[in-house]
Amino acid sequence: MIGLYRPGTSLLHRAPALLKLGLLAVAMVVVGLVADPLVLAGELVVVVALYAVAGIPPPAAWPQIGPILWILVFAVPVQVLVAGGSVEGWTTAGLMAGRLLVAVALAALFTLTTTVTAVLEAFQLLLRPFRRWVDADRVGLLVALAIRCIPLVAEIVHEVLDARRARGAQGSLVALAVPVVVRSLYAADAIGEALAARGLDD
Amino acid sequence: MSVSAAGIRFEAVSHGFDDQPVLRGIDLHLTERRIGIVGANGSGKSTLARMINGLVTPTSGTVTVNGLDVRRQAKLVRREVGFIFTNPDNQIVMPTVQEDVAFTLRRRGLTPDEIEARTIEALERFGLTALADRPAHRLSGGQKQLLALAAVLVAGPSIVVADEPTTLLDARNTRLITGLLVSLTQQVIVVTHDLEVLDGFDRVIVIDEGRVVADDAPSVALSAYLALLS
Ligand SMILES: Nc1ncnc2c1ncn2[C@@H]1O[C@H](COP(=O)(O)OP(=O)(O)O)[C@@H](O)[C@H]1O
Ligand SMILES: [Mg+2]
Repeated sequence: MIGLYRPGTSLLHRAPALLKLGLLAVAMVVVGLVADPLVLAGELVVVVALYAVAGIPPPAAWPQIGPILWILVFAVPVQVLVAGGSVEGWTTAGLMAGRLLVAVALAALFTLTTTVTAVLEAFQLLLRPFRRWVDADRVGLLVALAIRCIPLVAEIVHEVLDARRARGAQGSLVALAVPVVVRSLYAADAIGEALAARGLDD
Repeated sequence: MSVSAAGIRFEAVSHGFDDQPVLRGIDLHLTERRIGIVGANGSGKSTLARMINGLVTPTSGTVTVNGLDVRRQAKLVRREVGFIFTNPDNQIVMPTVQEDVAFTLRRRGLTPDEIEARTIEALERFGLTALADRPAHRLSGGQKQLLALAAVLVAGPSIVVADEPTTLLDARNTRLITGLLVSLTQQVIVVTHDLEVLDGFDRVIVIDEGRVVADDAPSVALSAYLALLS
């Protein structure tokens, strides 16, 4: 979602976001319950097939899935050690790794094939029954802004780090945090004004 | 609408931030199609520009836009006035270019199809079609300002106010954005330090220390401004 969306026209791109969200939730539960390595292997094959259907090449999927592999490189041996290095230990660790991999890959697939607008609309549909108490539009706006904040704050951190380096300053974490927080607050203020100017402050 | 109600009218407008006077006794009636506002840093230009769509409410005096009192009818006024900021980053809300333009049209009682059609048209007009699905926050500075223009103009305002829209841009993008602003059918009010921009303008207002010190055709007003600098 956060600028990760890959435009496309595949079945997965065209499927309603709410349906995808529902299927994702069901799949997560199923994956969590799997206890048979063969079934899990089957699920991995299905995930790979879904990526193919969506037309997502491996290089595009890698940034989403790569980091979890790093975690597994450490987590799997720890699991095996805890289980005393037995065969069951290896099986448990392998199952855990496979489940995580499938879950992360599915979530990434949702992200890669669904625009934020579609997610917001799905939220609004979900919140409809509660519209007497919750303003779905406002919740949607809040979610959009939260998503927008991620690259914005990342950029601010980047600039502050650069400025520090340019001045040859090392300094503490506080010396980094203060300008980042101050600039983030200024940005929040400016975004609020821009929203008002676009007539979306209500 | 009566003739005298049209345009933007400042009547005895003064403003202070924390008791610090920033604008004093401003009386203006802005009806020309192309109006420039110039002045030193801190002279009060942004404060003046922001009063036009109610981002700043004057301490005293009134501002009206096409007869609407900005203080009391800010929401209606903001549908008339599109505002372009210096830093387009702050104007981006949605992750992709097309979504950000479409975002402006929310809550206007349009169908999804109408929103899409209007959005596509605006992207086309500002040369953003090829970037429609790109992450908005990764565009270049010039492209971001183009996006800001598209996102504001898709709503069809009758007035566009731009506060130093090219200050963060290079020469080429400055020319691009300026060219687009000048080509608009809307009434355009630009705050700028880029005096070349004001060549074909109808009127230039010079602000100094919170007062209007010159208000004339560009050539006359700008020589007054340059005299002020020396
Ligand atoms: N939100 C604010 N709070 C306090 N002072 C402000 C605020 N905005 C502007 N000022 C002050 O008002 C004066 C005029 O600012 P501004 O209208 O931004 O000038 P310009 O746009 O011409 O540079 C400056 O001295 C500035 O420091
Ligand atoms: Mg200013």
